[in-house]
Amino acid sequence: MAAITLTINNELIGARQGQTILDVARERGIDIPTLCHLEGLEEVGGCRLCLVELQGSPRPVPACVTKAAEGMEITTHSDKLVEYRKMLVELLLAERTHTCSICVQNGNCELQTLAAKLGIDHVRFDYLHQQLPMDASRERFALDHNRCVLCLRCVRVCDAVEGAHTWDVRGRGSTSRIVADLDRPWGGSTSCTDCGKCVQLCPTGALFRKGATVGEMIKERGFLNRILERRRLAAQRRSA
Amino acid sequence: MAENPAVPPVLNADPRLKVVDRAMKRLRYQPDALIEVLHTAQEAFGYLSRELLAYVASQLKLPESQVFGVATFYHSFTLRPKGEHSCIVCTGTACYVKGAGEIVTRLEQAVGVRAGQTTADGKLSLGTARCLGNCSLAPMLTIDDVVYGPETPDSAVEKLRSLVEVTDELG
Repeated sequence: MAAITLTINNELIGARQGQTILDVARERGIDIPTLCHLEGLEEVGGCRLCLVELQGSPRPVPACVTKAAEGMEITTHSDKLVEYRKMLVELLLAERTHTCSICVQNGNCELQTLAAKLGIDHVRFDYLHQQLPMDASRERFALDHNRCVLCLRCVRVCDAVEGAHTWDVRGRGSTSRIVADLDRPWGGSTSCTDCGKCVQLCPTGALFRKGATVGEMIKERGFLNRILERRRLAAQRRSA
Repeated sequence: MAENPAVPPVLNADPRLKVVDRAMKRLRYQPDALIEVLHTAQEAFGYLSRELLAYVASQLKLPESQVFGVATFYHSFTLRPKGEHSCIVCTGTACYVKGAGEIVTRLEQAVGVRAGQTTADGKLSLGTARCLGNCSLAPMLTIDDVVYGPETPDSAVEKLRSLVEVTDELG
């Protein structure tokens, strides 16, 4: 792998060809906020929180899907970027109904942590106050659309890791919703294997284990890289 | 094909399914031909039922949720049967400034459904479209693909009277 050199926040940094800007920054301990990104899953670049400024580019670029290249000059934090990130999180908060005080995920929620970190103490946009349904038809798990941020982690892990592709998104724009199979109640899904991977990866309390109390909602995500590593090794053995 | 276990009972022996099967065969059951297959299916059946979507998903070996996602993303696909008659009110710029909004509101009141919906008796689908290309007739509408214009809320209601039961009281 060829070595490249780029500048992040006025600091000269060495990186490997093929790494994304986000990979490089995180390796160096530079904290770029993300929401849809999760190591081990295919990137979608949907949340736009990882936008960084790239010298010579007329607009900010998403760090998670932009490959680092020789000579790039990148700024990860500026007044403008911080303002954009705040707006993005505020828009997420305004779109659905995120009431932390009555949410099982309270205290272990990535959206909440992100908002706190960005210093969001109010939302400048009008709340949509959508009355979205909740699907508790599955025996062990439930889905509350009101807390969903459409990060697509559940859709991606179900497709690429579990191989079931139970989840997808229906509709478009602000009317988009996560659906199981042909928009069946989750309990009636014939493709779902009840593995719970989607629940563990959900950044908010949208997918949760039934009967769990707030203290039990710390999610276990180590399985993702363990499974992927085992698969990689198995594939190596097969080809050897 | 009668023994194909993937064919749901409601669709079995439906001659329209042959058209869909032929399209899928022609496209060699490629998953990325989904949109074209859905167009053919909608043309044949008028709308995309859950059974039809499930059948297409199984034939193209696609996850059902993905097929559903595509079918709901595009406005040209409809998952509910269309009414016997259709009325489309143009809400393009020219028609809109000439009062298309009032026509839509009045028609919604008169037939008791919102634009984009079909009356409970299945007689009429009310819809809107952004410019039907007849701006000189603004505000215009079509009933069963026949163009009418310029219209007023009252004249539009009159035109629908023969097709569907209308309520004359204003909201």
